[in-house]
Amino acid sequence: MSLIAITEVKKRFGDVEVLKGINLDVERGEVVAIIGKSGSGKSTLLRCVNGLEMIDDGSIMVAGAQLINDDLHLKALRLKVGMIFQQFNLFPHLSAGRNVMLSQMVVKKTPAREAEAMARRMLERVGLGHKFDAYPDQLSGGQQQRVAIARALSMQPMALLCDEITSALDPELVNEVLAVVKELAADGMTLMMVTHEMRFAREVCDRVVFMHQGRVHEIGPPEEVFGNPRTPELRQFLGAQLVV
Amino acid sequence: MMTFTLWDILRNLLLAARWTVVLSLVSFVGGGLLGMALLYLRIGKARAGRIFVQGYVELFQGTPLLMQLFLAFFGLGLFGIDVPAWLAAGLALILWTAAFLVEIWRGCVESVACGQWEASASLGMGYVQQMRYVILPQAVRVAVPPTVGFSVQVVKGTALTSIIGFVELSKAGTVVTNATFEPFTVYGLVALIYFALCWPLSKSSQILERKLNVAHRDH
Repeated sequence: MSLIAITEVKKRFGDVEVLKGINLDVERGEVVAIIGKSGSGKSTLLRCVNGLEMIDDGSIMVAGAQLINDDLHLKALRLKVGMIFQQFNLFPHLSAGRNVMLSQMVVKKTPAREAEAMARRMLERVGLGHKFDAYPDQLSGGQQQRVAIARALSMQPMALLCDEITSALDPELVNEVLAVVKELAADGMTLMMVTHEMRFAREVCDRVVFMHQGRVHEIGPPEEVFGNPRTPELRQFLGAQLVV
Repeated sequence: MMTFTLWDILRNLLLAARWTVVLSLVSFVGGGLLGMALLYLRIGKARAGRIFVQGYVELFQGTPLLMQLFLAFFGLGLFGIDVPAWLAAGLALILWTAAFLVEIWRGCVESVACGQWEASASLGMGYVQQMRYVILPQAVRVAVPPTVGFSVQVVKGTALTSIIGFVELSKAGTVVTNATFEPFTVYGLVALIYFALCWPLSKSSQILERKLNVAHRDH
């Protein structure tokens, strides 16, 4: 059975239907990129998988945890699937190490010593072992995002959702974050990422999903989606990307 | 005719100023505690709680403090409850202070970026945990300067309680004036005492604001 099962998901904001029946299954260890114009619903879809948005119809299951709007189910879901945001969203009043420790101690009731050991391991993993005591505003954007990745990893999720995680970064900082993601992918982490980094999607992802007007418009391995787009919408989208 | 030295006047005013200080402290602490309880309802999930607090705030911010004092003092009397001036004064000021503090604090909580809610939610934290470990620590930092600043309003607000016969600094000023016939001297001193109480508060609010900002930048 697939790790993430998205079935006939519909979502509307007021009168606007942003997701019009999405079906998507992600296998364990698979890396899936979601591309598409802004407003195509790709970020909304990702946020639904983590329960940050509720769905109006259909179902989302992650490793047996279903998206249901109550605290217990949401917590169970979020323990299976972590999320990384465009704006990092580190807790500014806590040091990098504390950022990684907090949810372990509060949500999983891990003792402080174990949580700290895990935090140090995870920060080491993203190349920031020496920044344990640094506060977020003393770190560069790229470093902050790597701490955010370490924070998500410390909860030992089965999958990670990445919502345009390099879009708020200066160009020279993009690569250090992508390198970490690439390593995660190589380690077998299941990833669902909304991204504008087409080259990265091509190199690292197993499948690429092109979303258009709230639907999965095209889906396939990157060679196919990028090399041989079947619909005019995707061709147009990729064309516009190349110009930029 | 009896004569009064400046020290006589000042001494009596200072003695009365104690009650201004006590009433201010009671109002501020009581209002703060009530404000916290109201804040919990105001930003909570229950709709009824939010609407109740909204109504409460509009009622107390939308009517003069003087009317609230009258209502507390005379209104309860209508029901045969004999309310001493100190009780009416304390009660009205506590309710009034809470109405302002809850709005100040609500603003501070809402000033915490929504990404903080999302990030902590995505890590599996529940509402209470998010509040306690992520949102409130950041909101408190923002809240301290305006809260201390508002305490100045509380101190000045206590002056109104002289109208219902609570003998604090202003009332004492009136009493002393009636005895000495030196209104300018007396009220001049009254003003100076109020200033001596309020100025350190507003100054410390400024200092705290600068300090907490720096703390935010450099830790």
